[in-house]
Amino acid sequence: MSKIKKINRRDFVKLFGLASGGIILGCAVSSDKKDFIPKIAGTFQPNLFVQITKDGLVTLISSRSEMGQGIKTSLASAIADELEADWKYIKVDQAIGHEKYGNQNTDGSRSVRTRLEPMRKMGALAKMMLITAASKKWNIAANECYAENHFIINKSTKEKIFFGDLVESAAALEIPSEKDIQLKKVEDFKFIGKKLKSVDLEAFTTGKATYGIDVRIPGLKFAAIARCPVTFGTVKSFDKSKAEKVAGVSEIIALERLKPPTGKFFGMLGGVAVIANNTWSAFQAKLDLKIEWNYGKNEHFNSEEFKKTITQRVQEKGKLVPGSYGNVNAAFKSAEQTIEATYNVPFLVHAPMEVPNATAWFQKDKIEVWAPVQDPQTARSELAHFFEIPIENITINVTFLGGGFGRKSKSDFVVEAVAISKKINAPVQVVWSREDDVQHSFYHAASAQYLKGGVDKNGKITGWLQRVGFPSIVSSFKPLSDYASGFELGQGFTNNPYLLDNFRLENVKAEANLRIGWLRSVVHIHSAFGNNCFVDELAFASKKDPIKLHLELIGKDRLVKGKSDFPYDAARMKTVLKETAKMANWGKSLPENHGIGVAIHYSFYSYVATIVEVSVKSKKVKVENIWTSIDCGLALNKDNIKNQLEGAAIFGMSLALFGKISTENGAVQQNNFYDYQMTRMKDAPNIHVNILDKMQEPPTGVGEPGVPVIAPAICNAIFNATGKRYRSLPLIDEGLV
Amino acid sequence: MKINITINNKAYEIVAEKEMPLLWAIRDFVGLTGTKFGCGVAQCGACSVLVNGKLTKSCSISLEEVIDKEILTIEGTSKNLEYLRKAWDDGNVPQCGYCQSGQLIAATALLNTIEKPTDKDIDTFMSANICRCGTYTRIRKAIHKAVSLKNEAI
Ligand code: FES
Ligand code: FES
Repeated sequence: MSKIKKINRRDFVKLFGLASGGIILGCAVSSDKKDFIPKIAGTFQPNLFVQITKDGLVTLISSRSEMGQGIKTSLASAIADELEADWKYIKVDQAIGHEKYGNQNTDGSRSVRTRLEPMRKMGALAKMMLITAASKKWNIAANECYAENHFIINKSTKEKIFFGDLVESAAALEIPSEKDIQLKKVEDFKFIGKKLKSVDLEAFTTGKATYGIDVRIPGLKFAAIARCPVTFGTVKSFDKSKAEKVAGVSEIIALERLKPPTGKFFGMLGGVAVIANNTWSAFQAKLDLKIEWNYGKNEHFNSEEFKKTITQRVQEKGKLVPGSYGNVNAAFKSAEQTIEATYNVPFLVHAPMEVPNATAWFQKDKIEVWAPVQDPQTARSELAHFFEIPIENITINVTFLGGGFGRKSKSDFVVEAVAISKKINAPVQVVWSREDDVQHSFYHAASAQYLKGGVDKNGKITGWLQRVGFPSIVSSFKPLSDYASGFELGQGFTNNPYLLDNFRLENVKAEANLRIGWLRSVVHIHSAFGNNCFVDELAFASKKDPIKLHLELIGKDRLVKGKSDFPYDAARMKTVLKETAKMANWGKSLPENHGIGVAIHYSFYSYVATIVEVSVKSKKVKVENIWTSIDCGLALNKDNIKNQLEGAAIFGMSLALFGKISTENGAVQQNNFYDYQMTRMKDAPNIHVNILDKMQEPPTGVGEPGVPVIAPAICNAIFNATGKRYRSLPLIDEGLV
Repeated sequence: MKINITINNKAYEIVAEKEMPLLWAIRDFVGLTGTKFGCGVAQCGACSVLVNGKLTKSCSISLEEVIDKEILTIEGTSKNLEYLRKAWDDGNVPQCGYCQSGQLIAATALLNTIEKPTDKDIDTFMSANICRCGTYTRIRKAIHKAVSLKNEAI
């Protein structure tokens, strides 16, 4: 539909003419850098597109998956602002999975961080071209015109021309060079940093949004897979005689496990697949299968024993982690008192509302997939690898995601759909039941950590020893990865927000007997839990107010440079904490049976402090209020950020109160929402969110940083109310819910 | 077996097993995919529909039980549902949106039962619906808002 009109490799934007008489601007964004000019030698490949058509419609092709974090709306707001567009003409399309769209992995709260500037520049550039086109029509200088609300206006005559009426002539223009772009000043923003509604609201409230599970194509079959209850177990034999008789069932086939090569991809577990003409028949017949399994080496995995093992290991010396400093032993020796505590977090599962599912059609030499994937490119390369199809013949259509939380960046469910489609020679939709989702996931690791602190006679914290053990995510890519990796320990352990005199971090062995993966906030869930519960214990021991102790430990204003472009700024951490304290009216007298607790954390380059108020009556805890402040730099879409933090509070409550995956004889014991429970409406507290005004700072993560603080703040609040410490999650196991 | 039902005022004849849950008949045979699967065991409310006006988890009711009945799904409309939609829009409620069909249908049933629900009514009534994204406080607000939109309109 489009042809390249002009290529100038030094420019960062490419212009395409549209057959229908509009323009498409394409720019190249390098994967994870803030810097957006591609450093790729050779041809310039745009990967983000803005299209303006004659009817004035501005379409942004969004390269990130939408899974509830409002990416589309946020990115669109950046374009609209610089373009001086009217919001009602803004439309966002989801891009298919293709390397031309740059890194599409929607993880690590990176989306806004990496794309804001290119988006703004694209908008500004389009505006400049429209202005030039108008000025030529009026035969005046470009600076005699300006853009406003989808029109270019002649300053002196006040005449105006609609954007849509200018695109044709704009398409014939040279692209202005990047150095001439003038971005708007923060105080002039109309959309950025304002409350903007989701561009998908109507689709959501009318049931029209198409999620992966809603994909319907002609001839579509539905499949359910019985997988071995023990991770990596295989099928010994199966009897399908009963299952075959279920009405609607057409085929029952064995699926080999596809083992990923070392270092990449996810593969698939394999099992027995039932194919039917509707989902329910496939589900039913699956239950009627009689399968004998070879359970394999994970057969004896018992999570309670594992908890004991790693808890025991952290009591003894582990591997020293680089980044430790000072001499904790000397500090402990000269301390007035030392405090020790051990904390545990169990295995967790994402349980996105939309179960894993994928629709695939394998046709001889090409594959087409429709799926709710967070990382379509990995899915695509993975398919090319396993099915030996040239990557350019593989198309991944990214649908809406009914939640992801990290589960949907592992494309095993896509591989399954393609494997079945290949075998049955028809398009097929694989749907996981909730039980499948709970029992065959890539789990958030269980952890144990031991902390020891030294307090001198003035109440100063002089030493901090922390030993931690949890199965590594790397184990899913490289067997026998029994220690935590640097990137995992870099999530709140080696880089806690404090400036200590003596700090020592050790890591102990923790083998993986389940598939381990990342879940919203990842290792920060462990580090924030240990750090914040322990600071609360130290505060109590040294008779200090917890907030005062946090501030002391954060220490003097300073910038700590890491590997990224975002140094940790201690002053910002302190401000966030003070703001939250103010908002929660910290220090106020509380009703009887109420308690209040605080937690702070730095993750995904954002600063968060949360205060929780609970009541504990007849040994049952109720979360009454949550106050959260965040400094996430430039707040692109405030209402969306607020929504994310409200959601993070609920997500954090779910894991603190209920979340636990346990195994016996290698098999996960939980099944569905009745035994893997979620926070519900009746448990939902008042949530107060404060987004700090940091419009001059670059934007940082929003989707994840609100989660890790919730569990420790709740536990600290319970201590405040009852005088009892809870150091092992979830609280339901302690009879508190 | 042939089963006649009315969905959103349209008559359908479905040929399926009579034990099939209404949810899958609507999604896989009728082709209306706004009603969602979340758990299959009456635990999450994603599949909520109204059957002859009564709030029902469509994953846990068989086709046989809804013969000749009138079903309202998220693709349909009703007075209260429209006020709720406006309020949902006003409060920018959804995140991933997946649970919202069920939430809106459940809230419709709530307003059909209690004209002006209190927070406590909402807690009781809406706790059958899970939102993994955690939009509860917005849903609560939006239900109150729908009531006030309705009162303004009268
Ligand atoms: S799918 Fe019916 S209640 Fe969850
Ligand atoms: S909005 Fe995502 S589950 Fe409710």
